[in-house]
Amino acid sequence: MSESIINFEKVSKWYGEFHVLRDIDLAVAKGERIVICGPSGSGKSTLIRCINALEEYQEGKLTVDGVLITDDVKAVEAVRKEVGMVFQQFNLFPHLTVLENLTLAPMWVGRIPKKEAEERAMMQLARVRIAEQAGKYPLQLSGGQQQRVAIARSLCMTPKIMLFDEPTSALDPEMIKEVLDVMIELAGMGITMLCVTHEMGFARSVADRVIFMDQGQIVEQNTPAEFFAHPKSERTRDFLSKILSH
Amino acid sequence: MRAKRRDWSWRSRATRGLIYQAVAVAAIAAVVWFLAHNTLENMRVRGIQSGFGFLTQPAGFDIGESVFPFDSADPYWKAFLVGLGNTLRAAVVGIVLTTLLGTLIGIGRLSRNFLVRSLCTGYVELFRNIPVLLQLLMWYFVLNEWLPPVSDALNPLPGIFLSKSGMAFPIPEWEQGHLVTVVGLALGIAAGWWYRRWARAAFERTGAARSMLWPALALAGVGALLGWLAGGAPTALELPVRNDLNVSGGGAVTPEFLAVTIGLTIYTASFVAEIVRSGIQSVPWGQTEAAGALGLSRGQALKLVLLPQALRVIIPPLTNQYLNLTKNSSLAVAVGFPDLVSISNTTLNQTGRAVECITIIMAVYLTLSLVTAALMNWYNARSAIRER
Amino acid sequence: MDTALHVPVIARPPPVRSAGLLAWLRGNLFADWKNATATIVTVALIAHWLPDIIDWALVRSITRPDNAACRALDHAGACWGVIAEKYRLILFGRYPFDEQWRPLLATLLMVVMLVASCTRVLWSRWLVVAWLAVLAVFFALMRGGVAGLTPVETARWGGVPLTMLLSTLSIAAAFPIAVLVALGRRSHLPAIRSVCIVYVELIRGVPLISVLFMASFMFPLFMPPGITVDVLVRVLVGITLFAAAYLAEVVRGGLQAIPKGQHEAAAAMGLSYWQTQRKIILPQALRMVVPSIMNSFISTFKDTSLVTIVSLYDLTGSLALALGGDADWRQFYMEGYLFIAAIYWTFCFAMSRYSQWVERHLNVGNAH
Repeated sequence: MSESIINFEKVSKWYGEFHVLRDIDLAVAKGERIVICGPSGSGKSTLIRCINALEEYQEGKLTVDGVLITDDVKAVEAVRKEVGMVFQQFNLFPHLTVLENLTLAPMWVGRIPKKEAEERAMMQLARVRIAEQAGKYPLQLSGGQQQRVAIARSLCMTPKIMLFDEPTSALDPEMIKEVLDVMIELAGMGITMLCVTHEMGFARSVADRVIFMDQGQIVEQNTPAEFFAHPKSERTRDFLSKILSH
Repeated sequence: MRAKRRDWSWRSRATRGLIYQAVAVAAIAAVVWFLAHNTLENMRVRGIQSGFGFLTQPAGFDIGESVFPFDSADPYWKAFLVGLGNTLRAAVVGIVLTTLLGTLIGIGRLSRNFLVRSLCTGYVELFRNIPVLLQLLMWYFVLNEWLPPVSDALNPLPGIFLSKSGMAFPIPEWEQGHLVTVVGLALGIAAGWWYRRWARAAFERTGAARSMLWPALALAGVGALLGWLAGGAPTALELPVRNDLNVSGGGAVTPEFLAVTIGLTIYTASFVAEIVRSGIQSVPWGQTEAAGALGLSRGQALKLVLLPQALRVIIPPLTNQYLNLTKNSSLAVAVGFPDLVSISNTTLNQTGRAVECITIIMAVYLTLSLVTAALMNWYNARSAIRER
Repeated sequence: MDTALHVPVIARPPPVRSAGLLAWLRGNLFADWKNATATIVTVALIAHWLPDIIDWALVRSITRPDNAACRALDHAGACWGVIAEKYRLILFGRYPFDEQWRPLLATLLMVVMLVASCTRVLWSRWLVVAWLAVLAVFFALMRGGVAGLTPVETARWGGVPLTMLLSTLSIAAAFPIAVLVALGRRSHLPAIRSVCIVYVELIRGVPLISVLFMASFMFPLFMPPGITVDVLVRVLVGITLFAAAYLAEVVRGGLQAIPKGQHEAAAAMGLSYWQTQRKIILPQALRMVVPSIMNSFISTFKDTSLVTIVSLYDLTGSLALALGGDADWRQFYMEGYLFIAAIYWTFCFAMSRYSQWVERHLNVGNAH
């Protein structure tokens, strides 16, 4: 069994009095592709946001790429260089062009010369099929285009782990496919991926493991084939019946 | 494309539009004529002369403080210039101080520290809800009544004296050497500018980050220092000296100036704090998260992502507050600070030329406002975030 | 791969370190060394000054109107006695002493009407009628000459009633002007648009004091020879024109926020321009900018203090009237300033709180 690149050990998190993550135990192997699903409020976004320390946890141990996540600033910065994140609301920087969005982190964090950063950026833009928009500003693009730029932006830092927090939930239906295509292509490249999504078709075609969360706990996890065909828990069955019926 | 057929009937919108406009213009012209006619009549009846010729006559009054020498034999137009100088003096000092204070308090309102946050909120809620005139009067009272008389002046810092007569502070005695210092400073600033350009290009070429601020400042400082040394290192400071009766020497500002500046600064800072706070809060939290997720440090996120976006939201209302501060400086007439409005008031009372004096005031302020508005429009157009 | 059946985990309360009072203290006051230093410094400063302030303002203060005792204090404690002695002069200006129940009643009526206007339940056509009635009663009470009340000329009106009158009346009169100017600014007719733009930019570009000077000194020149205009009316016109320009910008902001579709739907239904504005556009636009209108009212309320400079004795001016000429009490000016500052502050703070409440609860403005 390959060593796990992400390891949750009895991790618990509270928002005030609300117990949002309950004793999470999870080991993610290198190169594994995981889809996390569940009803809203189940803590799935919070779970992956703990991985790059956008959320803090109160109990347990979380190790990412050998680094223990605490509130140590240096440890967090080191981890964030290796972990890329794609947000539901894209979060592109509106005052910079697409190209500048992509070269910002490589230049200022990765300390790469501008020319090389721009070459890398153009390569990533070509990969997500949006190279001709390099000089435009984010708000001049459609939602699907913006999300693809956001994916390219994260890839410019050559991360080992990619986190996706409901990447298609804010998109109009006709744009969801273009983003999912890019994600499927990414999945074939060997990067460790954790994806919170409701797109079960994507899960079926790409995931190594599907995790179902409810009320802050991992209720069930299995291969996609087994998960969709033979859900074990009552809650899983309930959830699947709701989202697969339409 | 067929030419548009104009339908000149009673009911066409074009005709009606023209008629409305003609009526409106005629009505306004009639009102203006009525007012002008009455004004001329009244002035004739009362024997008031009109025209701006009075500006060349000697003023006949002294002015308490001014940027350049003035005495009662100087013409009125020079008096107005003194007033304008005083207004600008108070406005510039006020704008600089209020920006500093307001920014600090605005950031303090977002602090994690409960005490700091509450105090800053208390400051804003307190000074925002009291009329500025009242605040000016109160500060004038404090400076005039509670400070000791000049023979007993307070000495909070070496060389600075505070009393009923104002504040005295040391100023350098101007010598040849100072000119050389200034030249050195200018050269140092230029060198710092060139350094920044070189550092930026080097950063883009190699990726190695260099501090862009401190070396530039150091160069400016070194330039000034070398200039100072080259000029013979003049150190003579004119220090205010207290003897039995008063404080003499050094530079001085009157309590009126202090009252106006302090009062305006503190009042306007409460508005500036709110502008700064809402500007920072207007940047969506997701921007900070995205910057963090990319590995940018807090300082880098602030400089590259947050501040550029926040400043776009802050600067337009901030310039509006600067304009408000300048307009509010007109209240100096209530504390006896000889600003433009105050001098105009004195002239008006002396010569009876109400229309001319008020026109001068309004023209000056209007010019300031329009210039500021034009600059603001230029800034907005240049920095606007481009959308579809 | 964990394929065993899942055992549910029951929610627990958070560990002591991360919630509760201790956690709050750590997070809010002592989060890191910078915060801890700030907390300690602030507490030290407060501990240094607060006892002295309380000592001066409360402990050693004198509240009875005893001039000799106050002088004996020699500023070691606050002499609130000056307020006890002079409050009627400060609050009501030069209004005849015996008749001061009239401005008191008039002011209370006005305050009641203002509070009533703020209660949503009472918003209806009758409110406008009630306002007109109350204004008529206000003038009758203050002016006198009817119902057996002795006449009091407007030059003697002062203090709080004058402040309230100036602010309420000027905003009320400024409102229709502002709406017309705002509509005019968005008009397609260039002549009307230019006139409105010139008016707004001219007024907004100059300080209020110059407008008041204009009203005070130039107004008499504008009237045909022989006609005099009451000082109060002149100042009221000045403040009204000033407030109308700012209010016009506020209303224009609301008008701009109305989607074009509203105009188009109204036109499609065959409504005329004025019908569209009155029934469709203005109700929506005005509702949207209620918080900004309240801000305008607060600003105008504060701006009325400037009439002191043109010799009307509003609340700020009446203080000078009360204490300026009185050699005995003049040294206690600061207590007087603090008194009227407290009155202004109470009104303005209450209004701004109300405005924030409106924004939050009535789903107007930018709040969601």
